[in-house]
Order: sequence, then structure tokens, then C-alpha cells
Amino acid sequence: MANIVQFENVGLRYGTESDSGPGAGPETLSDVSFTLRSGAFYFLTGASGAGKTSLLRLLYLAQRPTRGVIRLFGEDTVVLSRDRLPGFRRRIGVVFQDFRLVPHLSTWDNIALPLRVAGMPEADIEQPVREMLAWVGLTERADARPATLSGGEQQRVAIARAVIGRPEILVADEPTGNVDPDMAERLLHLFESLNKLGTTVVVATHDLHLRGRIPGAQMMRLDRGRLLDPTGSLRYPPTRPE
Amino acid sequence: MIGRASKARSSAERRVLDEAGGLRAMTWVMAIMLFLTMLAAALGLATAGAARLLDRQLVGRLTVQIVDGDPVRRDAVAVRVLAALRTMPAVATATPVDRAELTRLLQPWLGSDGADPQLPVPAMIDVDLADHDEAAAARVATSVRRVSPIVRVDRHESWMSPVNDVMRSLTFLALALVLLMASATAAVVVLAARAGLETHRETIAVMHMLGSTDLQISRLFQRRIALDATVGGVGGGIAALLVIAFIGNRLHGLGSELLGGVTLGGIDWVVLALLPIAFVVLATLAARMTIVRALRHIL
Repeated sequence: MANIVQFENVGLRYGTESDSGPGAGPETLSDVSFTLRSGAFYFLTGASGAGKTSLLRLLYLAQRPTRGVIRLFGEDTVVLSRDRLPGFRRRIGVVFQDFRLVPHLSTWDNIALPLRVAGMPEADIEQPVREMLAWVGLTERADARPATLSGGEQQRVAIARAVIGRPEILVADEPTGNVDPDMAERLLHLFESLNKLGTTVVVATHDLHLRGRIPGAQMMRLDRGRLLDPTGSLRYPPTRPE
Repeated sequence: MIGRASKARSSAERRVLDEAGGLRAMTWVMAIMLFLTMLAAALGLATAGAARLLDRQLVGRLTVQIVDGDPVRRDAVAVRVLAALRTMPAVATATPVDRAELTRLLQPWLGSDGADPQLPVPAMIDVDLADHDEAAAARVATSVRRVSPIVRVDRHESWMSPVNDVMRSLTFLALALVLLMASATAAVVVLAARAGLETHRETIAVMHMLGSTDLQISRLFQRRIALDATVGGVGGGIAALLVIAFIGNRLHGLGSELLGGVTLGGIDWVVLALLPIAFVVLATLAARMTIVRALRHIL
């Protein structure tokens, strides 16, 4: 398996664009270094405020670090020009903690949005959206607006939207936080299915029990902005046969 | 269920911004701005046309006066001047003003005394020049003055130049108004686009995270603003054209030679008809530039 993501001594500080400028706050992330293998499954854990969401934001290019190097798909995204970001973002699926569905659009249109953004012809959109609706069990709710959906249904729409473009990386921030245990199990099964198709999955969660549900999943643990990696296996993952 | 969904998604991208009330108000703003702009433009075009017409009519006309208290000497000089004028190639026609016509013109001021043959009224000759340019008029005036020192030449152009100046001032004022209106329209669009960006900040953030380019996002706003500008432009434009046609008709009905010239030609109507299109283009470009510039500040 090849490396798909590489963080080297990444630091993130909110409040200023430079890490030492006036108004700079404390570092949210400090010296974070790790490597994600293509097609692997990762759980990102840590207490509230440990920096999980900040790390994910760096991963899905919503934020640039204040220092360090982030390589995504083999390219240094820290110096990547803004014009090239959309192309990279289309290769990453994101499930936001607060779903971030477009309130004026139906379930169908929210799920279809990434395909439309990617410029897919309308005729080619119908089939994948239909399949995705069935996959997340929302066929009967295709016309519903987000405000009329339950928390669990909104979560599934957000997941369907994140995966419909068959992303190379799926990043999910607390995807099971708003659903009952049964639904959490089902959602995790969806992620696992996608992972088996080759997508690298990174799930941030408080729920340590979830780890046992995915055999072979690796754990990344953040503590006050630092990634715990006592064996160095996250920074230098052991090479496996392709 | 899916069938309904198919119908619902047909205009999905447009509906992403549908809830933007601020953009809806754009329709009315555009209608009012375009209405006022077209009235100002019509005024400018009409006064410019009238000024050109006045120029053409006045530059080629002179009145020669022979001022002398002795009627015999006055008439003799008038005959010589008339003969001289008629030999000049620059003169198209030279017509002595009839004595009875002069008496009629003086009647409001002098009453029946104006008909007294002993009254030292100047002899007058109306001259139309073949070439309607200032140089020809100056040459003719110089030649005529050489015939006798009692000859005076009045160029109609100089009498009417204040009127012409007013016409030209009105034209420039109208042009300035059109430019101000266009600037104000662009400013309104910029404000509406910024308000739209603020309203849809969350949606835009999601669109960015899904891989939307700045141009894709700006296109959503452009489309909305262009639609509002088109609807407003058509409404305001039609209203303005009706008002302009009505006023033009009223001016024509006055029968005034001066105000009758304040009319619109064929090209003027074409220019007016193109204004709504120019407004829609202006609004769309202003929206695009505003959105793209604002989005550059977001990662």
C-alpha cells in the first residue's frame, strides 16, 4: 500500500496566519507527524479539545497549518495554489460533525451535489444517487428537506453525500455521535464497505468500542494537540506487501 | 417518490440561493434604476439631436441690415448689396425682407406708427448659404461689409448660441446622470452580492469543501442577479420607453420649431433599447467580480 497522506511536524495555531505573529493563540496541534496508508482504516480518538477536528480540517484542506508539511496524494498541500484546491477536495469525502447539509435542497439534491460540482451530466447522476439513497435507506425520504429529517437521517444524508463521488479518502468527524447504537453499527458497516473498495477512511470518535468493530483498523490518539505515537508506527508505518 | 425527486432536482443549483430575499429586491431596484437611466439617456440623446439640428439650421443663415436714416440712400445700398450677394457662389439664396413684413413685425411695439414710410427702419436681406460652415459665413459677411460701411451682418448662429449652449449642457448633464446611474447600479449589485455571500456563507463553505471552484460559486450568484436584472430591466425599460414616447408625442404636438427638434432618431431608439442589455451585463459582471474577489479571501 502506498502512502496517501503524510504529516511532518505539523503545527496549527488559530488567531494569526503566522505562528509567531501578534494575537497568536496557543498551538492547537503541535509537531504532529504521521503517515496514512492508502486503503487503510483509521480511528482518531482523543478527549474533547484534543485537536481531532482541527487535524481533520487540515486533512480535508479547510485549513492550512501554521508550520510543517502536509503531503496529500504525493503533493505538498501547504504550498499548493488555491486554484488547485478544488481538484484535491473532490478526491476527499467529508462527513461533518454538524452534517452541513444545504437547507434549501432535498435529500436527493444534497446527495447529488458533489457530482454536480464535479460537472457530471444530469443523466449520469440519477443512477448513483438512486443507489446511494437505497444504500443509506433513505429512498422514501428523497424529497425531504434537511429540516424535516431526524438527526440520524441527516447523518446518513451527510454520509451519502461524502461517499457518492467515490473519494480516495473519507474523513468523518464523530459520524456516530447523533445516532443510536444500531444505526452506529450500520454506519460503520457502510464505512467498512467503502474501505473494502479501496477508500482510506479516517473516523474521529470518542467511542473506543467502535475500534473493535473494524478488524485491522489503526488507532490515532491525540492528547492536547500532540499525536501519541510511542512506537513510531504512525510516522513510519511498517511496509506491507502490495 | 423518485419521480418527484427527479422533478425537484431539475433546478437544484439555482435553488441553492433561492431563499435570498436580498437578491429578490434587486428586481425592483434594477427596474427603477433602469427607468431613470433611460429617461436621462433619452433626454441626452434628444438634446444632442436638437443641438445638431440647430447647428445645421443656423450656421448657414445670415441677415444683412442696411441701416441709414435716408430711405433713398438705404434702398440704393440695399440693391447693391443684394446684387453683390447674388453673385457670390457661397450664397444659395438672398431674399429682401418685404417692407410689409417688417411693418407687421414692428406692430407689437410701434402700433400703426410702424407703417410710417419716414420711420428709419433698416432694410433687411435674408441670406441662405450654400455651404453650412462658419468659414463661408465669415467670408460672405466680410465681402458684404466692403460694399458699404452702413451694412451690418447678423449671423443667426450667434443669436442662438446661448440656446445651443443650454442644449449641450443638458446633453452633458444627461450623460453624467447615465454614468452616475450605472455606477449606482453597480454599487447596488456589489452590496446585494455581498449580502448574498453573507447569507449563504455556510452553503458556500460546504460547496468549497465539496470541491466547488470560485467560478462555480460565483456563477450561482451571477445567474440569480442576471435573472433579477433582466426581469427588472425589462419592466423598467418598457415603462421608460412608454414615458419617452408619450413625452415625444406631446413635444411634437406643441408645434414649436425649437422643441420640435428635441426628438429621437432611429439610432437613438436603438441605443435606448440596448440600455437594458448593457445593464444586465453590467450587473452580471459586477456580481462576478465581487463574488470572485470575496471568495479569494476564503481558503
